[in-house]
Amino acid sequence: MIDTVPPAFIFIVAGLLSPLIKGKWKSAYLLAVPVVGFINLISIPEGTHWVVRFLEWDLVFGRMDRLSLIFGYIFHIISFIAILYALHVKDSVQHVAGLVYAGSALGVVCAGDLFTFFIFWEMLTVASIFLIWARKTKAAQSAGFRYLMVHAAGGLCLLAGIVMYVNQTGSIEFGFIGLDGTAATYLIFLGFGLNCAWPVLHPWLTDAYPEATITGTIFLSAFTTKCAVYALARGFPGTEALIWIGAIMTGFPIFFAVIENDLRRVLAYSLINQVGFMVVGIGIGTHLGMNGAIAHAFNDILFKALLFMSMGAVMYRTGKINGTALGGLYRTMPLTCIFCMVGAASISAFPLFSGFVSKSMVMDAAGAGNMKLVWFVLLFASAGVFHHAGIKIPFFAFFGHDSGMRPKEAPLNMLLAMGITAFLCIFIGSFPGPLYSLLPYPVDYAPYTMPHVVAQTQILFFSALAFTLLLLAGIYPAEMRCVNIDADWIYRKGARLFYFIIDKLFNGVNRLSDQIFVKGLAGFAGRLSRRAPEILALGTLVPLWSATGTTGEKLQDRIAKARAALDTGSSPVGIGAALATVFLIVVFLLL
Amino acid sequence: MHEKPKDDREYLFDKPGSVKKLLGIFFTSLVILLIIEIFTKKHPHFPWEGWAEFYCVYGFVACVVLVIVAKYILRPLVMRREDYYD
Repeated sequence: MIDTVPPAFIFIVAGLLSPLIKGKWKSAYLLAVPVVGFINLISIPEGTHWVVRFLEWDLVFGRMDRLSLIFGYIFHIISFIAILYALHVKDSVQHVAGLVYAGSALGVVCAGDLFTFFIFWEMLTVASIFLIWARKTKAAQSAGFRYLMVHAAGGLCLLAGIVMYVNQTGSIEFGFIGLDGTAATYLIFLGFGLNCAWPVLHPWLTDAYPEATITGTIFLSAFTTKCAVYALARGFPGTEALIWIGAIMTGFPIFFAVIENDLRRVLAYSLINQVGFMVVGIGIGTHLGMNGAIAHAFNDILFKALLFMSMGAVMYRTGKINGTALGGLYRTMPLTCIFCMVGAASISAFPLFSGFVSKSMVMDAAGAGNMKLVWFVLLFASAGVFHHAGIKIPFFAFFGHDSGMRPKEAPLNMLLAMGITAFLCIFIGSFPGPLYSLLPYPVDYAPYTMPHVVAQTQILFFSALAFTLLLLAGIYPAEMRCVNIDADWIYRKGARLFYFIIDKLFNGVNRLSDQIFVKGLAGFAGRLSRRAPEILALGTLVPLWSATGTTGEKLQDRIAKARAALDTGSSPVGIGAALATVFLIVVFLLL
Repeated sequence: MHEKPKDDREYLFDKPGSVKKLLGIFFTSLVILLIIEIFTKKHPHFPWEGWAEFYCVYGFVACVVLVIVAKYILRPLVMRREDYYD
């Protein structure tokens, strides 16, 4: 107990100190963080640690059970890989953001109470935003801003839910929550769902991830959505709504991915598609479903990072990422090409690659639950993911038409990072035992049965056949320079409509008030107050003078004199006194 | 940025016939996959899993449907000029 610390703290403290380390030791320092963190993590016994009393609540910084530990392991592994991949980056903001982001993710999965959980959950957003802004393009800046706004809204929703929930239950412990019909649970559910990129809530992901820095995207693809998967697995296992939400998530992004030109955005769509499988597994909630979801989260972190890394390497060397601009790069980037294909095979769940041993658990869980429609959607998504992530990504980047570019192979640190990840993808796919032994529930599942291997290979090869034939027939949609609108239209264009309406409405009211009050009433009051003494004085004096026999020119002369005297404030005392008297009489009568 | 291919080296798929060879291997493996199913003992969750070549047909049809829908329905709906949001 004494020699271990909460896993999050190592990353966060080391991250904040990292700008102080300069020169050749920097790389060693950065790489040492996840290693030290990992040793720390495996030294922590299961159970509840670091309970801090705060006001009347117990904050738990270390609830270590099998569910949080497996996320802890993979977060350490991917941090090491992402740091290695980013080792050439000189911008220390990115290193700080990356480490603090990873630390926050560890904080989320180790938090035993809702308050600690929420703090780390929000830190995820704050830290990750710098990985987007660090790209320093205008597109990245505005995408980052939208990302922040959406997550701030989601965070508030979650906070409101947590406050109401704690109020109802009187406990801040983060355990099973479940939808019980109260607003509190729905708000928490929705708050988790936003980070999980549920349909319609998803565009923050496909909008911002492809705009982040090359190395930042590797961090981004690993943490935010997987923390949400963890939160759902902790709080809402077996919630039926998740089955349908997850099924839609696996389905709709593949259509967008097929017509998308930016290859990193294609990967962002397939990220949602893969998270969909996890959400379905959690929704099913059986041991097989939960194990499948968690195992798939573990594998997805690796192969999605591998795909993003290979596309990042291409982008680093060529400066381009659109399918229209790339092609034929296998010639000079053969290793990157091979690593990309390993990632593609893993995400497509080829036998012997990591996706195979986890995705099939979710499929079988759906089959065992006799969920026909969901099973069909998942099978469709399996074929579709091969289509867009498995074939399209490697084909358009490394094969296809020759772009004429002959870039150098990726830098050594990138190759190493990709190599380690590719090895893990194949290792887990070939020897799933170690991964299965880490899962929260005992695993009684054999992925490598003859019919399963044959069925999966058949479905993949015949989708490949479809791709080949469509491409040869010229039906396959050519990549185009374009943007495809998605649900973010609501706040990107919709916001403009909103702005327009608000502009017309409130500025209209403003103009109208200006006309009536500023120019009209105030002017009138101004004129009135300026002329009131004159009107009053002359109104009294003229009849008086007339009565005393002043007429004609003399009267006009007197009026002119009095007016001048009033204007300059130099009226004779008599007139002044008379005016004051008249004024008092008027006031008296009015009141 | 544009380094026009100055090297005259011939890479794997530049050779005439190598793509054909690859396609040949691919189509052969498709045939093997169709045949191998006869020798597999299935234990399906659903009855249709037991149908002959169910996965082959589904995989093929799913992808054709995916592409057709994406190209002819989704793209006309959502595609905008690159500077749409600017």
